[in-house]
Amino acid sequence: MFPAREHREYPHRYRLEAGKCKKCGKIFFPHRLICSECGHREFEKVLLPDTGKLLTFSVIRVAPSQFVDQAPYAIGIAELTNGVRLMAQVADCDVDSLKVGMDVRIEFRRIQTDGHAGVLSYGYKFVPKWY
Amino acid sequence: MRDVAVVGIGINKWGELWEKSFRDIYVEAALAAINDAGVDHLDSMIIGCMSGGLFVGQEHLGSLMADYLGQKHLAASRVESACASGGLAFRHAFIEVASGISDIVMAAGIEKMTDVSGDGATYALATAADQEYEVFHGATFPGLYALMATAHMHKYGTTRDMLSAVAVKNHFNGSMNPFAQYPFKVTKEEVNDSVMVASPLRILDCSPITDGAAAVILTTVDIARKLGKPIIKVIGSGHATDSIALHQRPDITTLKATTVAAEKAFKMANKKIADINFAEVHDCFTIAEIIVTESLGFFPAGKGGEAALKGETGLEGKFPINTSGGLKSKGHPVGATGVAQIVEVVKQLRGTAENGRQLKKQPKVGMAQNMGGSGGSTLVHILEVA
Repeated sequence: MFPAREHREYPHRYRLEAGKCKKCGKIFFPHRLICSECGHREFEKVLLPDTGKLLTFSVIRVAPSQFVDQAPYAIGIAELTNGVRLMAQVADCDVDSLKVGMDVRIEFRRIQTDGHAGVLSYGYKFVPKWY
Repeated sequence: MRDVAVVGIGINKWGELWEKSFRDIYVEAALAAINDAGVDHLDSMIIGCMSGGLFVGQEHLGSLMADYLGQKHLAASRVESACASGGLAFRHAFIEVASGISDIVMAAGIEKMTDVSGDGATYALATAADQEYEVFHGATFPGLYALMATAHMHKYGTTRDMLSAVAVKNHFNGSMNPFAQYPFKVTKEEVNDSVMVASPLRILDCSPITDGAAAVILTTVDIARKLGKPIIKVIGSGHATDSIALHQRPDITTLKATTVAAEKAFKMANKKIADINFAEVHDCFTIAEIIVTESLGFFPAGKGGEAALKGETGLEGKFPINTSGGLKSKGHPVGATGVAQIVEVVKQLRGTAENGRQLKKQPKVGMAQNMGGSGGSTLVHILEVA
């Protein structure tokens, strides 16, 4: 992972910054330069809420090399309370107990590491809400 | 717009072709198509390839392949739309002939995927997903289709046995395809018990890693008549995109780009779904075939799995799907897949599909649906016997 590529994602991954269209109110994560709903080009910065519901999930058992140490791990799509959808890992859970519709919250976690000397990549994961 | 026909098809045996080079695999299929068409020259060539760069470290494929095909100074280019690159090459060749720019155009597809390790192939394929918002978090392609499968099962009650029915049917069809990578039959129990890759998808729900190429030659109907070939007309071409990231789509139990591309193709062809006698569709995973057959309109939303289970998509069913064995059994050299679908549609329309998989009631109209990534791009083509 090249440091610049990691660094420019900090607003999204570290602070959950999103862009809200000043005309139609649609919220985009990550931010965009033009609204795909109404074509407007001005946005205000908003922060995503940290809770939502799991819409779907899968337990990955055959993982890419940078995630092999974490397998089996769950990934899922959650809809946050403001309607924005994200894909992320579902952490701190028994992967066999996941259910569509369960409440999750977003936590800041380490996502992957680039070897022993490379960039440590952090970002968001879902955690079932009762933990 | 001029009427366009497919006059030549070429494909080679797919598999782990360790003894054959990228360029030789391509030229074999291309020569087979030229022989089949009986043309004495090409005006242009369009190559579909997802990632020559990551799989074999080779880009600039127009020059390489034109040169090794012995076509000095040919106008040749490469197009890319992930796993839909082959379908895109076909569409561009169609447009080029229809427009009058060129008279005889080859559309071909190639991928050589076994010159890298399994992890290298996973990395290359993952570039068809959203790198920063899917792959970064540990998503794989089986994982993304698994997210669709979980949602589809939850919403519609699609079952494990319905997924398995797709694999069983496609391997049965593929067992009669001499070019298939895995021409063996599988049982429902074998699929149900195969190793889990990304729940609920098991290894026998997944299409394989494949080396292979396919080529077709398009020309005007007038030239096709002079060549004395059966006239298989391209009557509809539709192309649509969707968000690359699955989670950005309002409904992940359907494939909107497929629906939109089909609508465009139907409009051009002046046909409707009931006019389609059979289809080759993009079954990169069993759940994909189920959702695609719903999104194209063969079955209502949520009924694709049940239709597969009841045999409605089998060789003798109401809508035969993937008579070639599909990506599942035939193999999935990503850039070649969309062109190989056209090869099968033409064989069925000519009545020349091998080893007993030819549809008993001779079809007149066939469809090919080829998609990229988790459905972020789709090409739909409709062909008809003139």
